[in-house]
Amino acid sequence: MVLIQKVKLSPKGEIGIMVEAESISPDSFAGKSESDLCEIAVWQGPREAKLAEFFEIESWDEETTDDGDGTAEILIDGDVSRVKRIGQRMTKGRIEILGSAGMHLGSEMAGGEIRVKGNAGPWAGMNMRGGRLEVGGDVGDHAGSAYRGSWRGMSGGKILIRGNARSQLGGGMAGGEIVVEGSVENFCGIRQNGGLILVGKDAVRGVGAEMTGGTIAVLGKIQNFTPGFVQAGSERDPALGDRTLEGKFSKFLGDYAISKNPKGVLYVQEAVI
Amino acid sequence: MSTMVIKNGSVFDPLNGIDGEVMDVFIKDGEVVGELSGSDLKRAEVIEARGKTVMPGGVDSHAHVAGAKVNAGRLMRPEDHIGSVRPRTEITHSGSGYTVPSVYKQGYDYSAMGYTTVFEAAMPPLEARHTHEEMRSTPMLDMGAYLVLGNNWFLMRYLHEGEIDKAAAYVAWMMKTHKAYGIKCVNPAGVENWGWGKNVHSLDQPNIHFEVTAREVIRGLAEVNERLGMPISLHLHANNLGHPGNWEITRDSLAVPGDVGPDQKMGVEWAETKLDPHRAQSVYLAHAQFNAFGGTSWRDFESGAEGLAKYVNKVDHVVIDNGSVPFGPATCMTGDGPSIHDLYVLAGIGGQKWSNTDVELECGSGVIPFTYLKANPISAIQWAIGLEMLLLVDDPWKTIMTTDHPNGGVFTQYPQVIAWLMSRRARDKTAAECHKWGYDRSSLGGVEREMSLFEIAILTRANAARTIGMAYQKGHLGAGADGDVTVYDIDPEKFDPNEVEKIVRAFGRAEYTIKDGKVVARQGEVVAVPEARRYYCEPQVDEGLTEDMLADVKGWFKYYTIGFENYPVPDKYLRNPEPIVINGPQGGR
Repeated sequence: MVLIQKVKLSPKGEIGIMVEAESISPDSFAGKSESDLCEIAVWQGPREAKLAEFFEIESWDEETTDDGDGTAEILIDGDVSRVKRIGQRMTKGRIEILGSAGMHLGSEMAGGEIRVKGNAGPWAGMNMRGGRLEVGGDVGDHAGSAYRGSWRGMSGGKILIRGNARSQLGGGMAGGEIVVEGSVENFCGIRQNGGLILVGKDAVRGVGAEMTGGTIAVLGKIQNFTPGFVQAGSERDPALGDRTLEGKFSKFLGDYAISKNPKGVLYVQEAVI
Repeated sequence: MSTMVIKNGSVFDPLNGIDGEVMDVFIKDGEVVGELSGSDLKRAEVIEARGKTVMPGGVDSHAHVAGAKVNAGRLMRPEDHIGSVRPRTEITHSGSGYTVPSVYKQGYDYSAMGYTTVFEAAMPPLEARHTHEEMRSTPMLDMGAYLVLGNNWFLMRYLHEGEIDKAAAYVAWMMKTHKAYGIKCVNPAGVENWGWGKNVHSLDQPNIHFEVTAREVIRGLAEVNERLGMPISLHLHANNLGHPGNWEITRDSLAVPGDVGPDQKMGVEWAETKLDPHRAQSVYLAHAQFNAFGGTSWRDFESGAEGLAKYVNKVDHVVIDNGSVPFGPATCMTGDGPSIHDLYVLAGIGGQKWSNTDVELECGSGVIPFTYLKANPISAIQWAIGLEMLLLVDDPWKTIMTTDHPNGGVFTQYPQVIAWLMSRRARDKTAAECHKWGYDRSSLGGVEREMSLFEIAILTRANAARTIGMAYQKGHLGAGADGDVTVYDIDPEKFDPNEVEKIVRAFGRAEYTIKDGKVVARQGEVVAVPEARRYYCEPQVDEGLTEDMLADVKGWFKYYTIGFENYPVPDKYLRNPEPIVINGPQGGR
């Protein structure tokens, strides 16, 4: 039995200019009293504001059998799609969001867990190093990708997207795992050099462009196949890490446009091709 | 006007032969003075420096800090900025960027380390406006820029035809036209060939169309330089940069102007110094590390520093800066377009981003992000070469410490380089963390030398200033010098060169940075933003000769994308300009 700090944030109403709130994180909440939490600084445009301006805040300790990492658990019981950077750089604890979240959710997170019932904006899980990020709905562009200009992206942790993702999912990915149950748009796994991306449905184009390592599997249809990939046989029920894909898959290596000896692997279901 | 006393510090002022003597430094009206009158003393601002190290303000003679290629680096690298942010204060701007910081951050960061003067290493003539715009916005630092002339169409033609007078008239006009400070020569004759996808690989290989050789360009520009009497000697970025085995062509290039005597003809007042403040060299080699490679390929790659250092030891007409590699992220940027392409091919597995530019009738340029890793054998050797080039050259007055910012490393890593120069144990410790080639394929592991604070003062201010012709008011604390002083939290009495972290901290955050007699940074925090000077040269030449030369220039101006009238940099691009009249009636040593 351990004591765990629980914090409930209830959005007070509509937010105009988006709020930047990397301070909404178990790391910064841990050990703070309710009144301290109210004073936590967030930014709205050029203006520094207090967390209590946007949220009703309740905090209490609870006994739990979950041995977890025993710090703070944050419940946001509403829509925060106009709040950015929730859980940025978090290393432990848990955040649960009952509505949708704004941009940069869990970006650069290194540990702990974030679960969103609704959607998440662009850059969710950017440069993620560890932990777990689960989105019940859709995510915007650049989920699990490297920062703009960088070729070294997500290096660890897991991202699960129950809905669809947009473009540049897992760009520059070097490690970890991204699972999208729905479809992706353009350049999924661009410049990927490690890790695993699994797409449950379809992709538009540019899958694995400039990829040099790691694995992508697309269970649905790829509208425009990336030209720099070469077929390297087919496999039945291929094993990807601790998971097995069911069915017969064509295996491709690429991207030959960028390397003479690329180690990127792309699996596509033969029944769909 | 203001007066200041820096009291009881241990002063290191190599140009005045002062080696750690405990003494006071007096400043009046922004200039160092020998003493202050009683009434001046009474109202003087007193800086208590007992138990601290006092040096002239730092002078960086070679860094890429302003202009088109620096900005290309900034634009190309948003990822360089996200983790390196400086918030604004009441008196300073915000800024961002690690290897290619914004101009504001750059100025503040240099000042925090005790530097007051920084020279931009390569200004393409056509990009002079851009360079001046960035320098105008750079706070805290006195600056100037060297003009890239080693592949200039007009000069290649003149030098090949032996028209040295017209070449001199052209250089003189270009200095005035672009408000430039000195002659920079990048991969002579080779960058022109790069316009055709080629390069030159020997001193005597004529290039395409102009049929001029690197030897002719180096020789000609060195002669022009001394005929005009420029403050800085020819500043050379030698051929074959970044290629295994290039130390030999570097040595041979340095030999080319061996019999050209240095001759500064500057119309300035020289502050008092014990040593001769005039430069002794007729060629200043840039970033020797990148041009001191041994071996014949990347497989048998090794340091070529011993051979090059041996040559530098033997002659008296050469100064080098080293271009250290202190490991970590860098952004390689140079007027040597083909060398950037070579680096792209070498490091480009996975499609690295890079850029290359052809600067019309003048030169070229390239930019590529690069990371030096301790585990990488080539990086480890480059680290060793950078330090060898300073430690194997016996006379510190032939060496200057740089990182060729941001090519070998970032200028904020200077304190780390200083620690390696001062401590053999610090070098051994780093070598143990590196790929074993670092020590195995260089002579660094056998080098016992540990530099003193006096030598560090030579390498980071006195010789940098003397080499570029700024010792008339920079790089020392003689009467009449600019009141640029740095106080470091280092007590020479209790100094232990093996306390690496302490050295890095002390040189990274000056206790006081004083510019023109005013404290501008205190323990690394900027407390005042002074006005800063922009130096350039106005060489005087025969008017008839200039007219002849201009007729030639106008004849070829149709090949430019801009009109002749729009070519010069207007005065308004410079705040606080400091033109130096060269070769004028009052000139001469």
